[in-house]
Amino acid sequence: MSTVTLRDIHKTYVDNEVIKGVNLDIHDREFVVFVGPSGCGKSTLLRMIAGLEDITSGDLLVDGDRMNDVPPDQRGLAMVFQTYALYPHMTVAENMAFSLRLAGVSKERRMERARDVARILQLEPLLDRKPGKLSGGQRQRVAIGRALVRNPKVFLFDEPLSNLDASLRVQMRIELAGLHESLQSTMIYVTHDQIEAMTLADKIVVLQGGIVEQVGSPLELYHHPRNLFVAGFIGSPKMNFLAVQTTGVQDSGTTVRLPGDATITIPVQPRTLMAGDRATLGIRPEHLRIDASNPTLMGEVLVVERLGGETYLYVKVAGGDTFIVQTDGDSRAKVRDRVPVSIDGNLCHLFDGAGQAIPKAERHPLSLTHHPEVPLQTEAPREQTYEQPIQPHEVPRQAE
Amino acid sequence: MTSSIATPTHSPPPARTRSHRSIPARLLVAPSVILLVLWMVVPLAMAIWFAFQRYNLLIPDEREFVGFANFTYILTDPTLWISIGITMVLVVSVLAITIGLGTVLAVLFNQEFFGRGVARVLAISPFFVMPTVSALIWKNMLMHPVNGLFAQITRGLGLGAIDWFADFPLLAIIIIVAWQWLPFALLILLTAIQSLDTDQMEAARMDGASAMQLFRFVVLPHLNRAIAVVAMIETIFFLTIFAEIFVTTGGGPGLATTNLAYYIYLKALLEFDVGGASAGGLIAVVLANVVAIFLMRSVARNLDT
Ligand SMILES: Nc1ncnc2c1ncn2[C@@H]1O[C@H](COP(=O)(O)OP(=O)(O)OP(=O)(O)O)[C@@H](O)[C@H]1O
Ligand SMILES: [Mg+2]
Repeated sequence: MSTVTLRDIHKTYVDNEVIKGVNLDIHDREFVVFVGPSGCGKSTLLRMIAGLEDITSGDLLVDGDRMNDVPPDQRGLAMVFQTYALYPHMTVAENMAFSLRLAGVSKERRMERARDVARILQLEPLLDRKPGKLSGGQRQRVAIGRALVRNPKVFLFDEPLSNLDASLRVQMRIELAGLHESLQSTMIYVTHDQIEAMTLADKIVVLQGGIVEQVGSPLELYHHPRNLFVAGFIGSPKMNFLAVQTTGVQDSGTTVRLPGDATITIPVQPRTLMAGDRATLGIRPEHLRIDASNPTLMGEVLVVERLGGETYLYVKVAGGDTFIVQTDGDSRAKVRDRVPVSIDGNLCHLFDGAGQAIPKAERHPLSLTHHPEVPLQTEAPREQTYEQPIQPHEVPRQAE
Repeated sequence: MTSSIATPTHSPPPARTRSHRSIPARLLVAPSVILLVLWMVVPLAMAIWFAFQRYNLLIPDEREFVGFANFTYILTDPTLWISIGITMVLVVSVLAITIGLGTVLAVLFNQEFFGRGVARVLAISPFFVMPTVSALIWKNMLMHPVNGLFAQITRGLGLGAIDWFADFPLLAIIIIVAWQWLPFALLILLTAIQSLDTDQMEAARMDGASAMQLFRFVVLPHLNRAIAVVAMIETIFFLTIFAEIFVTTGGGPGLATTNLAYYIYLKALLEFDVGGASAGGLIAVVLANVVAIFLMRSVARNLDT
């Protein structure tokens, strides 16, 4: 068992509060990914768990024991740094076995352990090299090996793959997933990369400005984002947003009027929205269709991005907003074409004036599966961010 | 094949541009090269020339070629060997003090503490004091057996005074030179420490390193090169320490503080034996080169890894 629990964790640098009360339960064998914009406090949070930063207030529990004042090496955690942070004057084997050397393990025993770990990571031929003579991917593997040697309860990763090139990143991502599968240990992972977050995580924690915006499985965040920020942050290209007016609220759904006078009914629960309220409609590029038989909006193509397999159209629709529409790679659309955009109400998200999502009437079937032992966190308690209520988000507008 | 056609047409231009460029470039560096060569070669040539002459300023008319007589005379002079021994003691002990203390201070000055900026400036300032001046300060204000600060303190404690330059002359010189050169070592080692990746320190902390182990396994290996560079530069200067000895002990008492540079000075300007001094100078050059080659080897090995 290795669980990590954060209870109302705060971090203040001089008089700059960067972590504003984070509550989080990380379960045994869970792969948790922290995401968020640059400067939101992901690294700070991870370093507080590691013991490299003091915790200003709140409790950090590992396996139920309070760890706030325990030195980093005695917390049973191991960290992999973005810059690898290998010791340049030691060989690969010495690097990996350094913690054992400090612990007074005999040379034979620690070299044996280093060899065992090297076998797992395919580093055996490199054991006698110095880090300066390794490629980036090999260095990263040594850094992971150094963490593995310690047999930690919890692995901490701070953007471990961001210094690698794209193809190596894919390969290492798959290896990391395999490692998690075989070690069955708890992992906490910070990344900028959406794909890493979506593919590796059992649970994603979305941070912004030092508070947790939402915690949930990748598909839960994708299908049921709790507010405009999460909706815009998860998914690439970004979700399209459109200012709309509520015209009717029924049990089966809420009807809204779009700028071009078209109306759509979105199957959300009747909650705070009243007829006449202003709201924000969100729809992902991959859920929009170019469909002449059932157009909701007409728009003009501004930019065409062809990726081969798919094509992104930047379409200016009535009301002046620009939508990103994902169509297939064979789309014949050209710049300045007028295209019919079809919006399916079932795939839309609706946000109230304060930027909070109106819960969907039905949950997406895939977003119900979650970590086996973990209760669903769909309606994560709002209180955890009570200190700083989420600001009403502006509806992002694309350039005219 | 297309590639075999393409290459010959492409290769000549770079060669031509290089030759075009090299002529003015050589012309432009010529003045400094010529000056350097003259500056190095002329004194060396003159020293070699004089080393093979009988040339005493007291009897300048009796100049004549004497072959290796000056060398045999100098090399059989026991004073030379004493002075070489003293030079070595001086170099090694000042190196040990400046690098040892410099490393410790560099680690301390790298910590955050109140008034760090002022402390750093103060620690570096001795380097800006001229050797003669600092030697005078030490001689008259600090180590003087009657007026010196040390004597006053020890006498105040009822311990009596130490006459540094009479009782521990070499140690006194070592202390003065070390005081002057400590800032240099500190400066270089401090910049080296500041270039140490903080992630590495943090990784070592997570691996369970104590403060001492952090120093031993992470900081010290990182400082290796900087220490080698400091040792090399300092050695070059310490082989020719002169002003400090001239101002304080005058090589004495007896020969207790006569190093090679001072010995040559004694030969040339007190015995007016230009020939003998030149021969001594050449021996010093050879010695410096032996040390330099030895040091370069070890530094180069350090720079490799
Ligand atoms: N030592 C420090 N002193 C003062 N402020 C700091 C310190 N370290 C970080 N901060 C601030 O804390 C905030 C969070 O930093 P942090 O490094 O955790 O961001 P991050 O989410 O990891 O960003 P990135 O994705 O760019 O790595 C930032 O606004 C940063 O300026
Ligand atoms: Mg970071």
